Amino acid sequence: MATNLNAAAGAAAPELCWFEEVRKDDVALVGGKCSSLGELINAGVRVPPGFALTTHGYSRFMRDAGVSGEIPGLLANVVHDDLEQLELASRAIREMIEQHPFAWELEDAVAEYYRKLSVRCMVPAVPVAVRSSATAEDLPGASFAGQQDTYLWIRGVDDLLHHARRCISSLFTARAISYRIKMGFPHEEVKLSVGFQKMANSYTAGVMFTLNPGNGDRSVIAIDANFGFGESVVSGEVTPDHFIVNKITLDILERTICNKEITYTVDPKTQKSVKIETPFERQNVQSIIDEEIVELARMGKAIEKHYGRQMDIEWAVDKDLPAGGNIFILQARPETVWSEKREQEAAVAGKASSAMDFILSSLLTGKKVS
Amino acid sequence: MKFPVPHDVKAATIPGTEGWERMYPYQYQFVTDDPVRNQYEKDMFWFYDGLHYPEPLYPFDTIWDEAWFLALSQYNNRIFMVPPVRGVDHRMINGYVYISPVPVKNPEEIGSRVPHFMERAGHYYKNWDELEKKWKVKMEATIRELEKLEIPRLADMEDISVVTDAVGESKGYHLLKNYDDLINLGIKCWQYHFEFLNLGYAAYVFFLDFVQKLFPSIPAQRVTQMISGIDVIMYQPDEELKKLAKRAIELGVDNAVTFSQEWTEVEAALKKLPKGVEWLTSLNLSREPWFNVSTGTGWFHHDRSWNDAMNIPLNGIQTYIQKVKQGVNIERPMEQVRAERDRITAEYRGLIEKEEDRKQFDELLGCAKTVFPYVENHLFYVEHWFHSVFWNKMREVAAILKEHGIIKDVEDVWLLRRDEIKQALWDVVTAWATGVTPRGTQTWPKEVEWRKGVMQKFKEWNAPPAIGTAPEVIQEPFTIVLWGVTNSSLADWAKVSEVKDLSTVKEFKGFAGSPGIVEGKARVCRTVEDIRSLQEGEILVAPTTSPSWAPAFAKIKACVTDVGGVMSHAAIVCREYGMPAVVGTGHATKIIQTGMMIRVDGSSGAITVSR
Repeated sequence: MATNLNAAAGAAAPELCWFEEVRKDDVALVGGKCSSLGELINAGVRVPPGFALTTHGYSRFMRDAGVSGEIPGLLANVVHDDLEQLELASRAIREMIEQHPFAWELEDAVAEYYRKLSVRCMVPAVPVAVRSSATAEDLPGASFAGQQDTYLWIRGVDDLLHHARRCISSLFTARAISYRIKMGFPHEEVKLSVGFQKMANSYTAGVMFTLNPGNGDRSVIAIDANFGFGESVVSGEVTPDHFIVNKITLDILERTICNKEITYTVDPKTQKSVKIETPFERQNVQSIIDEEIVELARMGKAIEKHYGRQMDIEWAVDKDLPAGGNIFILQARPETVWSEKREQEAAVAGKASSAMDFILSSLLTGKKVS
Repeated sequence: MKFPVPHDVKAATIPGTEGWERMYPYQYQFVTDDPVRNQYEKDMFWFYDGLHYPEPLYPFDTIWDEAWFLALSQYNNRIFMVPPVRGVDHRMINGYVYISPVPVKNPEEIGSRVPHFMERAGHYYKNWDELEKKWKVKMEATIRELEKLEIPRLADMEDISVVTDAVGESKGYHLLKNYDDLINLGIKCWQYHFEFLNLGYAAYVFFLDFVQKLFPSIPAQRVTQMISGIDVIMYQPDEELKKLAKRAIELGVDNAVTFSQEWTEVEAALKKLPKGVEWLTSLNLSREPWFNVSTGTGWFHHDRSWNDAMNIPLNGIQTYIQKVKQGVNIERPMEQVRAERDRITAEYRGLIEKEEDRKQFDELLGCAKTVFPYVENHLFYVEHWFHSVFWNKMREVAAILKEHGIIKDVEDVWLLRRDEIKQALWDVVTAWATGVTPRGTQTWPKEVEWRKGVMQKFKEWNAPPAIGTAPEVIQEPFTIVLWGVTNSSLADWAKVSEVKDLSTVKEFKGFAGSPGIVEGKARVCRTVEDIRSLQEGEILVAPTTSPSWAPAFAKIKACVTDVGGVMSHAAIVCREYGMPAVVGTGHATKIIQTGMMIRVDGSSGAITVSR
């Protein structure tokens, strides 16, 4: 039995695993995204549950599908700037991947994990997000084409497996192949993990920075929110509600309620995400209540503390769950813009001086009023 | 930003007030007959000092404005040689005071002032605690001198001792002299007032400035919180009330203390009880000096002290007795305040990345903590204790003027300038000496009546918040920290003055004084007497609050004021009690009416009114 095999193999070479079983050091096993989710869960952060097809599972699939064997031959004479050749090779490999079934043991294992996940969420055939989780995100010029693939609102084992294959095949887009050739990165060393995560059925969602992106102030947390799924905020399709929360005292310093015309919600028939116009009477209503803002900020502060740096976080408030346990973190990654900028900046004080000298120089500079 | 030309504002004289200028010192007028001075006035930026003067000044009350006009300016410009700043100039329109910081423009002159400033201000910063001790000695001596100052009545026949002791001086002369002494003591007290204040505010304002550079989104209230929890005597009057409340319960006289709102009735009842007499002894110990606390800011003659209006502290004691009996803890949560201060300071400090900035932060915080007690404590000595005694001495002078027919009522005296009072006293004593009728008995009562009408019209006038030409940079520390003159505050001022009908305003802003959000019923209290009507859980809306309002804070769940910054009494007390406050809204008492539901957001400074 695959599951037994999986279990017997233990920590050595599991093909599937729950997010909570991995930590941030497990990038080689489950890629950056999934290992980060595992890290968050273990730090006590509420993250929608899920599991990952590990890089072992990926390797096994690639072996079973015969792709591993074929790739060196197919790509042997391809040069990175020959578009036509790249396209041909890409198509061949991707077809091979997308048409090949998983080994039945692996299929069974995924089905079993999926069933358990549905039970945990108390939703039959729980909708999930299927995401590729790459192991090479910290390579220079990290944007390995295709690695950002995400498929939302996926239900049923067959669909899960189908989209897992699509994630894997996205490693072999013409661009990705070209990039690896150019960088001299061996194709056989590319490993991928695929995450299956419960879709947060969000009433409200958005992003949060553990600093003020407007001025780099680290003593506050900035939250952007809109009704529905976070896509509208992430994509920039709406001007979201904007809140500035004091990180130290957790009180809301600024609130800007915007006119939010668009909401992403789930279509009850297709069970897919769909963009709708926000009902007129709700467009100017605050999309997240104050208690949730404060709770979110508290979570942001904990995540920042855990990672020891400013973070960029995606979050959602689930409408299926009762208040108090309904705020979820979907993703957390280090904030880079201000962090890098600050490293280069000098101290505000220049050189620290006595209070007297400081007062004098401040008096001489004065305060601008216009 | 465009502001009106001062002379245009002044030219639109309110009908019926023509000639009002004679009620105030002549140098306070915007002029048109002196081209050089006229041009200077047009080029300067004048803002209405609503912080100190929510209402037009009575002619006599102008004394404190003149006193600080001199004191603040001399310390900046002649004593400490603050490099880029001279003094703060003053003008008046319709009884409202406009002030303008005067910069040093020549860079060479600024440079040449630097070493002097370093030496002089440096001496004070270095020896702060020791010099502050000396200050207290000087100040208390001045107050004692004031308390002892006699305002003699004029007898028909001088006492025989004038002859037997060969005094050689009459009571008429003593009256003139002691009036001068009274005024001079007042001016001297204000000399002391500013001895430390400019430097104290500078230390505070540039600490604030530095922290805001590190954390651009930090609310000023959090910076002031870092220097909170230091014991200052401004809280002592309220502490005395709490002590007396507990003492009344201990002695079992709490029913006698609470049976009436009239102090005279309560006092009479207590005198009949042995334990009541014991309680009265405790009370008398508290009264000096603590009941000299003013029921207002102390700046105006109508700000009476607790000693003058015993019903007010009585009401406070009654509130506390009730709270203690309900089992409510009435102590200030100092341990908590200090723990929270330390946590906040440590967390902000922990967010500072560069070593140099952390050092600078420590240095400036230390300095701010050193100066903080003075910045708070001087208020009790000067504006409360000294002023409360002073106003009553002036009432003794007024009683003599009334006796001799110059004014009809003691409270009419405030409608005269202090130099006019001196003239009137000369009129009185020469007539008394000679045995004739003072000329002023025919002229002053008419003039006083006219001035009363003028004052009423002035009160109805809306003073524009700023006039003249806005500058690009402000360097005068008071202007920044006390009046909060910034780009956005100027814009707000310009905006609010455009709103004609305040009864339509649904949302407005002030300074975020103390964090948190509360919704509730508003209670507008214009004076401290009104706090009697406060119900448990209401939101206090007041022009401003002072230490004598302290008992009100035991009942309310939020506070909104017209005037004051994050260092104002309301903001500090609300932070201690952990309830929201929005301060310095400008117009809250005009926009809000008692009974309205309002939402107070003390974190963002927003007030929402349900209409």
